[in-house]
Amino acid sequence: MSVPHAKLPGWAEYGLIPLVNLAVAFLISGLVVLIVGESPLDAAYHMVNGAFGRGEYIGFTLYYTTTFIFTGLAVAVAFHCGLFNIGGEGQAYVGGIGVAVACLALDRTMPWYLVFPIATVGAAFFGAFWAFIPGWLQARRGSHIVITTIMFNFIAASLMNYLLNRVFKPLGSMSLETRTFEAGGQLPRLDWLMSIFGLDLGSAPFNVSFLLALLAAFAVWLLISRTRLGYEMRTMGFSPTAARYAGIGEARIIIVTMAISGALAGMTALNSIMGEQHRMQLDFVQGAGFVGIAVALMGRSHPAGIIPAALLFGVLYQGGAEIAFEMPAISRDMIVIIQGLVILFAGALEHMFRPAVTRLVLGLSPQGRDTAATRGA
Amino acid sequence: MDVFQVFIELAQSTIRVSTPLILAALAGLFTERAGVFDIGLEGKMLGAAFAAASVAYILQSATMGLLAGVLVSVLLSLVHGYASITQRGSQIVSGVAINFIVAGSTVILGEAWFRQGGRTPALSADGRFGTLALPFAETLRDVPVLGPLYSGLLSGHSLLTYLAFLMVPASWWVLYRTRFGLRLRAVGENPGAVDTAGISVIWLRYRAVICCGVLCGVAGAYLSLAANGGFTKGMTAGKGYIALAALIFAKWRPANVLFACLLFGFLDAFAIRYQSQAFPLIGKVPVQLMQALPYILTIILLAGFIGKAVPPKAGGIAYVKER
Repeated sequence: MSVPHAKLPGWAEYGLIPLVNLAVAFLISGLVVLIVGESPLDAAYHMVNGAFGRGEYIGFTLYYTTTFIFTGLAVAVAFHCGLFNIGGEGQAYVGGIGVAVACLALDRTMPWYLVFPIATVGAAFFGAFWAFIPGWLQARRGSHIVITTIMFNFIAASLMNYLLNRVFKPLGSMSLETRTFEAGGQLPRLDWLMSIFGLDLGSAPFNVSFLLALLAAFAVWLLISRTRLGYEMRTMGFSPTAARYAGIGEARIIIVTMAISGALAGMTALNSIMGEQHRMQLDFVQGAGFVGIAVALMGRSHPAGIIPAALLFGVLYQGGAEIAFEMPAISRDMIVIIQGLVILFAGALEHMFRPAVTRLVLGLSPQGRDTAATRGA
Repeated sequence: MDVFQVFIELAQSTIRVSTPLILAALAGLFTERAGVFDIGLEGKMLGAAFAAASVAYILQSATMGLLAGVLVSVLLSLVHGYASITQRGSQIVSGVAINFIVAGSTVILGEAWFRQGGRTPALSADGRFGTLALPFAETLRDVPVLGPLYSGLLSGHSLLTYLAFLMVPASWWVLYRTRFGLRLRAVGENPGAVDTAGISVIWLRYRAVICCGVLCGVAGAYLSLAANGGFTKGMTAGKGYIALAALIFAKWRPANVLFACLLFGFLDAFAIRYQSQAFPLIGKVPVQLMQALPYILTIILLAGFIGKAVPPKAGGIAYVKER
């Protein structure tokens, strides 16, 4: 390992290595399915069928994809700056306050297309606020961002539990949720988009926030690759010392990055609150913030990688529900295992297969063989 | 009920709640002092709790269950070690991954093996760690003040609880009075110096990670074999993260770990007992605030508002030997 890794061509670096990592994660998941006494091939069939078999299934897959694009982008933006934001879960949860307040206040008087931008700003604001505090603590007080964002997830859970109990719950209601929003608080579903492809959406909650997610992905690409702020963020992430010498305000960049990351995470709440449930429920995020970590690692923190990675996890979530239905031995917790394995192999063990892949790829290309030969001689 | 009685009961439940926290926080102490951050304490505890309950049920033996829990936890530690020491991957990412893998697989395997919705079957007395009565606990029970303190508070815990409290001075001794401990602390501060002295940084860190696995395994076994009579889905319920918070709150020192865990345990016990009671001056404290208090306190401490918690200098960074 003393020789630095040879530079791989782009298709291997961004295509082959993630695929190898993913394949290993799926192989091990298949082993778990075998241990449980079911056939991995059947499981794979049910998963693909459950995710794409019908227009309705595709709608659900894309609904989950929407959520994971937001959380994946949130984690990725922080990654670019060398920050690990584990707090997406809490930021999305708190972002729900912005959506719920906007919808509860305006849903009876305004149409959805006016409530939606207001709710978006609200979600982004509350999410950004929940990430701003850890960002500020890291930048000004030196507390470790990973630890503070973990703690903020728990504080968010307690805070939201309290708010739903004491503030948002309608009088006389037993369940911990807001009232159901009227028409103004309900996002229209994308039936027209599906019917272009001749598909029937059925009851799937695939809604307008998907378009917002795509827009956000484009905006993140612009920010990271085409703006001065994005350049400064990447410099910070690459080498904080270099950033300091270049006169980049370290504290400012950390705080701003975390706020942007939190805003993206907060917008996750739009999809499930305004798009599906039409009310805010206890624990509506359901781990999506953590899936964002896997999505960002799989997508190598690039929006063009995050969208397919989010789609992959959308397939896992929707197809996983189908597997759970067809094979009772494999509950939805299987997804959690796959998610963990993807994080392990695409994240912590990302270099494990690199030497082998490098040897293979450079051995195949004529130019690589030459360099290998000279090195050998 | 008189105040003294209430105090005894609160203290007793504090000890019960704190035991897994102490074990897990000491586990974190070993790896983090060696420079390997570990947010996978939660997952290791959960995996150990599941393995312990499964084996204890099948073999009808609490001891075998404990061993199985420790074994699984050590194996998970080695995965973390391989990823973060050998492969030099991100320690945080690896810890997150382990938490997820365990959270999912305990449910899937539990359902496949026992078909009780992710639980393990209830354990009989042989499969559990019963409570131990200290000598003369019965005879001293009626002595005023001393009796309740000795018989009610100190006696009547499980073997693992006493072990957890003994592990505090033991960890201190290992870390501060043995050659291994000195080197372990050095490798967390300045691995280059340790390497220069001809000691293997890699092997030392692996040993620290194994120590962590053993202690986490005992913590998990305590949850499923002593505190409860079996495993339930997600039974650690964030205790691994509270332990992590306690470790930071304790500024990575063994004696402080004990007090931090007792404090967080007390908050928990207090919140359970006084869920909906009004207090003079402050009124009714929302139970959610009590639950969030350990995390809030840790954040305030980390921000340097009450003292300063300085983590081991080389923590979180994989060691690359110079050539």
